[in-house]
Amino acid sequence: MNMQWEIVIGLEVHAQLTTSSKIFSGASTTYGAEPNRQADAVSIALPGVLPVLNKGAVERAIKFGLAVGAEIPRRSVFSRKNYFYPDLPKGYQISQFDLPVVGNGQLVIHVPAQGKQPACEKVVRLTRAHLEEDAGKSLHEDFHGMTGIDLNRAGTPLLEIVSEPDMRSAAEAVAYAKALHSLVRWIGICDGNMQEGSFRCDVNVSVRHPGDPLGTRREIKNLNSFKFMQQAIDYEVQWQIDTIENGGKVQQATILFNPDTGETRAMRSKEDAHDYRYFPDPDLLPLDISPEWIERIRDTLPELPYAKLERYVKQGIPTEDANILISSREVAEYYDSALRSLLTKGVPTSATNASKLCNWVVGEVSAQLNRDGLSIKESRITADQLGGILKHIFDNTISNSAAKEVFRTMWIDGGDADAIIDAKGLKQVSDSGTIEALVDEILAENTDKVAEYRSGKEKLFGFFVGQAMKASNGKANPAQLNEVLKHKLKG
Amino acid sequence: MLNSSLAQLGTALRTKKISSVELTQLYLDRIAALNPSLNAFITTNPEFSLKQARAADELLSNGKEQNLTGIPVAQKDIFCAKGWRTSCGSKMLENFIAPYDAHVIEQFNNAGAVNLGKTNMDEFAMGSSNETSYFGAVKNPWDLNTVPGGSSGGSAAAVAARMCAASTGTDTGGSIRQPASLCGISGIKPTYGTVSRYGMIAFASSLDQAGPMARSAEDLALLLNVMTGFDERDSTSLQRDKENYTRDLIKPLNGLRIGLPKEFFAEGLSNDVAECVSTAIAEYKKLGATIVDISLPNSKLSVPVYYVLAPAEASSNLSRYDGVRYGYRAPEYSDLADMYEKTRAQGFGAEVKRRIMIGTYVLSHGYYDAYYLQAQKIRRLIAQDFSEAFKQCDVIMGPTSPSTAFNLGEKDNDPVQMYLSDIHTIAVNLAGLPGMSIPCGFDHNKRPVGLQIIGNYFAEAQMLNVAHQYQQVTDSHNHAPQNLGL
Repeated sequence: MNMQWEIVIGLEVHAQLTTSSKIFSGASTTYGAEPNRQADAVSIALPGVLPVLNKGAVERAIKFGLAVGAEIPRRSVFSRKNYFYPDLPKGYQISQFDLPVVGNGQLVIHVPAQGKQPACEKVVRLTRAHLEEDAGKSLHEDFHGMTGIDLNRAGTPLLEIVSEPDMRSAAEAVAYAKALHSLVRWIGICDGNMQEGSFRCDVNVSVRHPGDPLGTRREIKNLNSFKFMQQAIDYEVQWQIDTIENGGKVQQATILFNPDTGETRAMRSKEDAHDYRYFPDPDLLPLDISPEWIERIRDTLPELPYAKLERYVKQGIPTEDANILISSREVAEYYDSALRSLLTKGVPTSATNASKLCNWVVGEVSAQLNRDGLSIKESRITADQLGGILKHIFDNTISNSAAKEVFRTMWIDGGDADAIIDAKGLKQVSDSGTIEALVDEILAENTDKVAEYRSGKEKLFGFFVGQAMKASNGKANPAQLNEVLKHKLKG
Repeated sequence: MLNSSLAQLGTALRTKKISSVELTQLYLDRIAALNPSLNAFITTNPEFSLKQARAADELLSNGKEQNLTGIPVAQKDIFCAKGWRTSCGSKMLENFIAPYDAHVIEQFNNAGAVNLGKTNMDEFAMGSSNETSYFGAVKNPWDLNTVPGGSSGGSAAAVAARMCAASTGTDTGGSIRQPASLCGISGIKPTYGTVSRYGMIAFASSLDQAGPMARSAEDLALLLNVMTGFDERDSTSLQRDKENYTRDLIKPLNGLRIGLPKEFFAEGLSNDVAECVSTAIAEYKKLGATIVDISLPNSKLSVPVYYVLAPAEASSNLSRYDGVRYGYRAPEYSDLADMYEKTRAQGFGAEVKRRIMIGTYVLSHGYYDAYYLQAQKIRRLIAQDFSEAFKQCDVIMGPTSPSTAFNLGEKDNDPVQMYLSDIHTIAVNLAGLPGMSIPCGFDHNKRPVGLQIIGNYFAEAQMLNVAHQYQQVTDSHNHAPQNLGL
């Protein structure tokens, strides 16, 4: 039996929102404080305390909804999800159940090429996104035979973003997670710090034969790296296929991925699933969101990644490169301002110029940043300075390789592009008389090779270019040199 | 002095006939003498109270006093008061010292009032007789063999026995009005959202509302002036302009339309209660009111609806008492689940556990629609009944409780009978309306009878006017229990 298997994946992502205080109290949300230093009366759930909704959390949720083209219902409701756990101080989590703050939306993802599969774009549908509070942490070390409870994180605002089961491979799931991760940072609602748990993914995986109804899913909880996500899904898919092919059945379960072994294991099965007894929280009024509020938030939205991508592709940048540019808002904005800088310096935007600039940003600039461990905001060469260097390529003052030298010099020592070009004598030779004289000299020195070339050995063209370049100390304008060489070699 | 109104006490304090310290000491002595038999207070803290009294005397000497400055007020033990044990009548919080003040406590503190002590109550406000308190039953000062009503039974008994000039209560299904009725005092539950619930330990959040308990409508108006006001820490607190609840007290009642719901005078109502209420209505006619017969057809469903919704909310509200962070924890347990089970089994009393179980059940998967959602729908119908009724009348009147104080232990083993003692008060909470109870006579055993007055939303000033005018021409509210053994 060798039937085809189809993988079906849906994600639930918990994005921690960037508010400075908790979702239902004024306690700070700063990461890394001493245990329970950020646990106020509400976080501890003292008798008599009440939740008061943080508007900033709602605004961020609305912002997300707008960014994924979702409907924002006029009214949504906070519900209590009831269960006992030591780090859940009230014995219930305030969440949203049947009326979430964000409805159906969608996200365009870019799935990179894998093996024979070419790169492609895909639309993933979002089911909903809802606001909820985080729980605290149970600390099992340091307390002999006991568990410590740290409630600093209790009440931290989360946006839970739920996708439809639209992904068909681990690569698609990772691409979706990355696109979402980029988007939430792009619009500034989440810092995306996966190490600190600001962006946590639960992955629902099932397998089926194409055309069959959905198989039974298992949910891999709390993945906090894209690499682990890929590994966990790969392992889980194989486990499910093996189980079924060996005559077994997949049981619905919540599972954990162990990065050390690369395996998944069941945490609890459906049988011991909780009955959370959701009901509307009577301490909080339904959340009324006016159209005016939504419009005010819409006005604060930056140009979104997908709009930028479309614009870049229209400018003539290859899709693959454009996707790298939009991997972060800062990179894209660096590119945008460098392009503006070129324009103000008299270099018109063309497909060639845009592509070249893009290559510089994702190539030279990224490489230098990586080397120095800097973010693009900390770049030692501003977008405007980059425009100043590239301008000289486009107006044929310097070659691309000379530009790299200018760039590296400026990166370390600072300074002005023109001054560096002058000081290093990098100016390109574009005078046709000089180039012709240079070519004549080379041809005269290599009469045998000229004869060979003329008798049909056209591969030798490169040899002549190399010789001429060398003779010009690399300063000859390559396009001009080619033209003159071709002309003169014809005889 | 013990029979003085709040206004009279205020005058006495201002004119230095008595100091706040002397007045506070007077009450503390009376509490010390009577509490062993009445059990109305769970906690007193003379040092704290007298310190507040001294501060009040200071304000009084500097002419910086407000209406209640220097007046001792007893607080139901459901309100968190900083530095005070706040037990909510439960073993679970027997040793819980509140680290903050409830909004109500803050309001009294800001008014310069003295916190005289924390009054006994049914455990987590669940009960109609004050017999579910972990700290023992409260005795009704009119007859020590009977209950004071509940859950604010300690507050009601304390006012009736002149252990304090006034007290606070909370009312989820009748917990201010029913004990006020059984103890022959006045009490008002204002419109839901009028008094902040911040720092008031939650029983059923959508129904809980605090209010004052005192001997007259005039006193209630002064207390309400202090207790009400918007509080941003309670999302259900209403943003309204501050009212002066004494403003309409002296208005004549000419043309007042009183609605009498036929459902309030049906089977189950004791003859003595019916008679006292009728006599009161007759008195209102003399004062110029007209009577309108009305119907609240869905009010008969209020008890079953309440006993779905209130336990549902309570089952969740009481989940925080898990032994992890504060409060009682079982001394021995084998693991986490065992710790939870033993802590809650030992820390909660029978009635609380009963309601947690009912609430857990009605919210469970497969039962939610049939119970919780259905009850919510009927709750809306009950509220609609009232809005229809208020098209025909200004206030609604009837008995507060179908009977007068019953004997201790009488309904102990029959929860449904106990629940029915709130049959006339519960609908008001479900609708979020204001309701009050004032004394209107005595039954053949000399046990007090209460008249319930229900107003439209925010009609507290009008209701207090209606009650005050009655109290100007009658004297039930001036009677005091005689056989207290002093």
